[in-house]
Amino acid sequence: MTEVVAEQEFKQSKWSMVGKDPYSMPIEEIDLSHPGIWQANEYLPFLQRLREEDPVHYCKTSAVGPYWSIMKFKDIMAVDASPQLFSSEPTVGIVDTFEEFTLPSFISMDPPKHDDQRKVVQGVAAPANLKHLEGLIRQRVCTILDSLPVAEEFDWVRQVSIELTTQMLATLFDFPFADRHLLTHWSDAATAIPGRGSVIQNMQEKGEAIQECLAYFTRLWNQRVNRDGGNDLVSMLAHDEATKNMPPTEYLGNIILLIVGGNDTTRNSISGGVVALNENPGEYDKLRADHSLIPNMVSEIIRWQTPLAYMRRTATVDTVLRDKQIKAGDKVVMWYASGNRDEEVIERANDFWIDRPNARQHLSFGFGVHRCMGNRLAEMQLRILWEEILQRFHKVEVVGKPERIYSSFVKGYSKLPVVLRPL
Amino acid sequence: MVSILFIEHDGSKHPVAVDTGGSVMQAAVSNGVPGIDADCGGSCSCATCHVYVNAQWLHKLEAINPTEEAMLSLSTDRQENSRLSCQIPVTEALDGLVVTTPKFQF
Repeated sequence: MTEVVAEQEFKQSKWSMVGKDPYSMPIEEIDLSHPGIWQANEYLPFLQRLREEDPVHYCKTSAVGPYWSIMKFKDIMAVDASPQLFSSEPTVGIVDTFEEFTLPSFISMDPPKHDDQRKVVQGVAAPANLKHLEGLIRQRVCTILDSLPVAEEFDWVRQVSIELTTQMLATLFDFPFADRHLLTHWSDAATAIPGRGSVIQNMQEKGEAIQECLAYFTRLWNQRVNRDGGNDLVSMLAHDEATKNMPPTEYLGNIILLIVGGNDTTRNSISGGVVALNENPGEYDKLRADHSLIPNMVSEIIRWQTPLAYMRRTATVDTVLRDKQIKAGDKVVMWYASGNRDEEVIERANDFWIDRPNARQHLSFGFGVHRCMGNRLAEMQLRILWEEILQRFHKVEVVGKPERIYSSFVKGYSKLPVVLRPL
Repeated sequence: MVSILFIEHDGSKHPVAVDTGGSVMQAAVSNGVPGIDADCGGSCSCATCHVYVNAQWLHKLEAINPTEEAMLSLSTDRQENSRLSCQIPVTEALDGLVVTTPKFQF
């Protein structure tokens, strides 16, 4: 009960910018790290003002301490491509003590250790492997879509977005299919801020979920470590020289990285595409008239949604960016959600435009050595899903207000009420 | 003008002629050659303009710099003649260059 009260206080805390006018407040007081404006879907004008007036912005006081915000597309690319100046260690989360990121995993390591560990697992999501998975993904998409109620309201997030991504993840881990909901739970628990409306109520529950995850995956490791072959992620980690002797915390860290990376992100792009098409009926018409637009639309959905709002780096040396003095040790946050709306690089950046030229040139996957290793898998899942939706339904119609996640990192939906309109 | 021949993994040929000054990646993209995604737009930050350079041309290219090496080393389809085409400037010396595009960009 005390946790619930604490959470309510946090939401109404002095840090929240919900309801404030982004253009009349002192610019130095703008704090993008607080989840309030992200959940309330009020973040875009704050991003725009910073891009226009202070694209390398210093927030001196916030609930998570001082940090720099990098707002422009090209600056974000420059930071992302300079791991020697902007380190991913000790964490890529904005909160230094954020539970899931205190576990070591290759997303929060610099080269060369990052490269060694990433190489072990990235093949699973490489295009050559995906070719083999395409048929299975399509079959699962069809099963899910054919089981949905028609002309009756249901929650798209739970019945499609979560179901599809969780099934995919279970396949990549060769995880017992009947237990697959555990993957969703661990993923949500790892990134959740405890409290009301969250999947976990307090830090103890969060710790329990993560311990349960470790115990389960340790069993899988033990089953597979002495068994030859296995193209699943657990076998790959257990067999490769670079990872087979990793300590349990590092194994757990990498497992949670792969679960979160493969779960939250695609899930929210699956939901985001439905939201975007409903807000832009002209684009939905274009799509119905020409299914060959799907691959381009998939990139546009991923840009428009930007399922992870930022990645954080830490300056390794004193450095200057747009005349701003960044000191060694400073937190530097690359706001992908802002760079993806930067008119200087992206034409009509706030429009959802399914036949946009150069749609692939967006920041949602990051750039440089940490670029998303699941990007092709995500694109394939979205492509197949929309191919099959268009075969079955005239419209996936949003019939209620989407509920957004209370997070400035995971940018997505907890609920999306829809009704399917048949062809 | 400098002639460059792009060969797809299935053998389809795409000859192009471009001015010097740009990159081999830009030569492909501006001429609609398939198989080059160039997601980062030429910043050596994504490895989706990966090509295999025909052996006789390899020694005419500048050495791989550390950034290109970092990106190439994370490619699952890297071979000895792998390069990122955004890092190959088009010069007169490369007139006649032949490169093959991989089956997949990753």
